[in-house]
Amino acid sequence: MTDHLDPVRPFAADEPAADELARVVREHAGRLAASLMSLLGDFSAAEDLVQDAVESALRRWPEEGIPERPDAWLFTVARRRGLDVLRRQENYRTKLAQLQWPVRPAPDDRLRLIFICCHPALARQAQIALTLRVVCGLTTAQIAAAFVVPESTVAQRITRAKRKIADAGIPYRIPRDDELAERLSEVLTVIYLLFNEGYLSSTAERAHSRDLVDDAEWLTALLAGLLPNEPEVTGLLVLIRLHRARVAARFTSDGHIVLLQDQTRARWDHAAIADATALLTRTARRHHSPGPYQLQAAIAACHCEAATWAETDWEQILVLYNMLLLLQPNAVTRLHRTVAVRYVEGVHAALTELEGLQETLGKYALFYATRAELLRASGRNAEAHQADEQALALTANPAQHDLLRDRLSS
Amino acid sequence: MKYVLMFVDTEEFAKEVEAMSPAELEAAYERVNQWFVDNADRITARTGKLQGAATATTVRLDGPEPVTTDGPFIEGKEVVSGVIEIDVEDLDEALRMVKTWPACPVIEIRPVVA
Repeated sequence: MTDHLDPVRPFAADEPAADELARVVREHAGRLAASLMSLLGDFSAAEDLVQDAVESALRRWPEEGIPERPDAWLFTVARRRGLDVLRRQENYRTKLAQLQWPVRPAPDDRLRLIFICCHPALARQAQIALTLRVVCGLTTAQIAAAFVVPESTVAQRITRAKRKIADAGIPYRIPRDDELAERLSEVLTVIYLLFNEGYLSSTAERAHSRDLVDDAEWLTALLAGLLPNEPEVTGLLVLIRLHRARVAARFTSDGHIVLLQDQTRARWDHAAIADATALLTRTARRHHSPGPYQLQAAIAACHCEAATWAETDWEQILVLYNMLLLLQPNAVTRLHRTVAVRYVEGVHAALTELEGLQETLGKYALFYATRAELLRASGRNAEAHQADEQALALTANPAQHDLLRDRLSS
Repeated sequence: MKYVLMFVDTEEFAKEVEAMSPAELEAAYERVNQWFVDNADRITARTGKLQGAATATTVRLDGPEPVTTDGPFIEGKEVVSGVIEIDVEDLDEALRMVKTWPACPVIEIRPVVA
């Protein structure tokens, strides 16, 4: 195997190289994990070998260039390493020694990988870390950086999760039809959290970490390809794409948040918005009674299709929130809904709605920020000021901090 | 793979059972019996239903002398009320089985060391 001696794309600058590296690794790491998994039947061993190959690639490709056949390169490294470390496990060694690239995994293999990583018997944080590592090929260090936690914490979560998979007999397979809805919803929750974390990181280190949003979109697109008849997967995909289409207008050049009502809508990616909304419409036509992700995507689409803030179709948005509330009768949905209530029924109705949420959302920055806006709109400036201060005390996000400080000083 | 299922009663559940009429109670037992019949080929060991936590005695052997106390090993609102051992393909099969359980509201699934 000499592929890696034949660099095809030397790197010009740091930033695109890192993006390109992430993209290529992600495209191949999950496939390799799936191949090794079906070969060895041991999730933990397969996962270790992939991680090792990914780390080698991230060390060597920046200098040597990305090989023409990254999949074969990764496989060769994983195989060599496997023969080395699995010395004591004769059966693995024999299997690996016989193996020739390319292994053609069945198209479903990465789907099995996603379902085992997001198994409900694993802790939420472990599901997220495992999915990123195994399916997207992120290293432990990259995950730790994205979530601003110590690397040892992520490593420990992964070790524990892998041990539980083996010890508790968590199967490597696609859930049966009667289990699919529940298990798919678990997977979508993991991806949604990933997207949220990336979209507006709640940590102080960086306000906007683009990588996780990219990974979330990639994962959802992968899932949509593997499960083409699941409308909620498409719903999440559209939701993520509609948010990404507006990203250029969300921050000023120095990292300040620009609220939706103040965004320059010409800077939105209108072609991407048209594609995403068309996809949502096609899905809605084929499936009745939309689920929560389709409804959230439809709300985002209403905003995206309004030429100006003043032209926003709040009545339609309120209808969609009412439908969402039936499916997800929780306080956060009601909080978001109050914004639509404000424009349809007036600021007093919205404030009354909000009062009822104080007990549940009293530790939630967005509750106070929303309250502040509504109070300001009804001329109660002193109370608005106080609510902004409460919001400020509850958020760790630097961009949100700046926004609230600006409001407090104006 | 072998797992132990630990059935756990809560205070609310105990109250619900207490409030049942004899006919309701009989129907509830019938549902439990049916569950055991439906899953007979998976159940490898089974105790009867345990008596209440008030009847438990706990012995601690980690001190210089054994210490015997009244009550369960954890004082709490949730108490183990029965234990069975099952032999199934994997955790998903155990989960499917547990989700059809018709009585007490909490079940812990624990794999047995092979």
